[in-house]
Amino acid sequence: MYDFDWSSIPGALPFLWKGMKISLEITIQAVVFGIVWGTLLAMMRLSSVKPLSWFAAGYVNLFRAIPLVMVLLWFFLIVPKFIEQLFGLPPGTDLRLTSAMIGFALFESAYYSEIIRAGIQSVPKGQVAAASALGMTYAQSMRLVVLPQAFRNMVPLLLTQAIILFQDTSLVYVSALADFFGAAYKVGDRDGRLVEMLLFAGAVYFVVCYSASQIVKRLQKKYHPA
Amino acid sequence: MSYQWNWGVFLQPSASGDDTYLGWMFAGFKMTVALSLSAWVLALLLGALIGVLRTVPNRGLAGFASGYVELFRNIPLLVQLFIWYFVLPELLPESLGNAYKQSNPVMQQFLASMVCLALFTSARVAEQVRAGINSLPKGQKNAGLALGFTLPQTYRFVMLPMAFRLVVPPLTSEFLNIFKNSAVCSTIGLLELAAQGRQLVDYTAQPYESFIAVTLAYLTINVTVMFLMHRFERHIVVPGYIGGK
Repeated sequence: MYDFDWSSIPGALPFLWKGMKISLEITIQAVVFGIVWGTLLAMMRLSSVKPLSWFAAGYVNLFRAIPLVMVLLWFFLIVPKFIEQLFGLPPGTDLRLTSAMIGFALFESAYYSEIIRAGIQSVPKGQVAAASALGMTYAQSMRLVVLPQAFRNMVPLLLTQAIILFQDTSLVYVSALADFFGAAYKVGDRDGRLVEMLLFAGAVYFVVCYSASQIVKRLQKKYHPA
Repeated sequence: MSYQWNWGVFLQPSASGDDTYLGWMFAGFKMTVALSLSAWVLALLLGALIGVLRTVPNRGLAGFASGYVELFRNIPLLVQLFIWYFVLPELLPESLGNAYKQSNPVMQQFLASMVCLALFTSARVAEQVRAGINSLPKGQKNAGLALGFTLPQTYRFVMLPMAFRLVVPPLTSEFLNIFKNSAVCSTIGLLELAAQGRQLVDYTAQPYESFIAVTLAYLTINVTVMFLMHRFERHIVVPGYIGGK
């Protein structure tokens, strides 16, 4: 039977916490960026200007058809080289991590845009008609009438997506970013205690994601008592 | 920009000598499809079982099923994969663990990846199956029981035939996901599409062509699956429901 030895965990906690902060940082950045860019994409997709709606549809469908791992590899290996050549940057500039984070945010915004589009479409048409009857411009009716209601309906879905996104951040492993999982793997590898560290990482993710999803469930009941 | 495009690189003999680089890509493509399809079959079977268990009146069974779903939904896929690949063989009884570790490494990678993807996806399939069963009108179950069917018979003859047909459209997106998620298995060294893409970048020094080709391969899988599933959906749609005839 395997001899468990958990003794390398306490000493590694500060390092793991540093990794967790990076995971949370990537998550929050991607959520904020995803909601802003996702809202714009959703509005383009629903716009009557055809080229805008084609662009948004193409963007969303493309990112949703490619694995996240591929997107991260693109933005880690290919895009930085392209930018270096394009702007003639000195070869020492390391854009890879920034690039990987941007790629992650661009990817997640495609998923956010679909949630937000459904949210906007859930607002009754009469609301838009009433807003324009009151003399509001399109921008005003979106900002003051449609989006506030749409977002209220979407809160649970947006939060659930944020939990999925937090789990997805572990994939930045392929771009050598030291997030929580990367940190746990490094410690396990260094101490020859990979078994314990991987189980520990799994347990931490479970506790964080399970508690977060329970909170979302409670919120949902509060706002939408079935 | 001084990049030299060279699509002909795919036809050049590969570093291993006995194949072209196109052959490498095709091998990766076959690996991705074989892995995803085998994991999908397992995920459907397990997911259907767990999904049904979530709806039964027996508290113990329903509790077990709900624990199963929460466990696999709240741990990132990458972490699950590493646990299957690195941790599980250590925890097996010694003789079994050693036999496993001495087996063909590709076989080990494939098995770990398949089991991981199957269980990860089965939790999601189970949620869809549960939603399908719960969407049936209550009267169907009551009618079945009133006719003298036992509970298993009611599931078998009344509820499941309907629920499984209703659940096909939402399962399409899980089916698409399993192909995309299979790219995660490149991290343990399984030579599927994404891993072949990385290898092509290193060996051909034509990064753009390599990545564009691999990305197109994923797009092809996606479009094919969507097309086939739409046909299948039309075939099994329940008359009288929205989308029905």
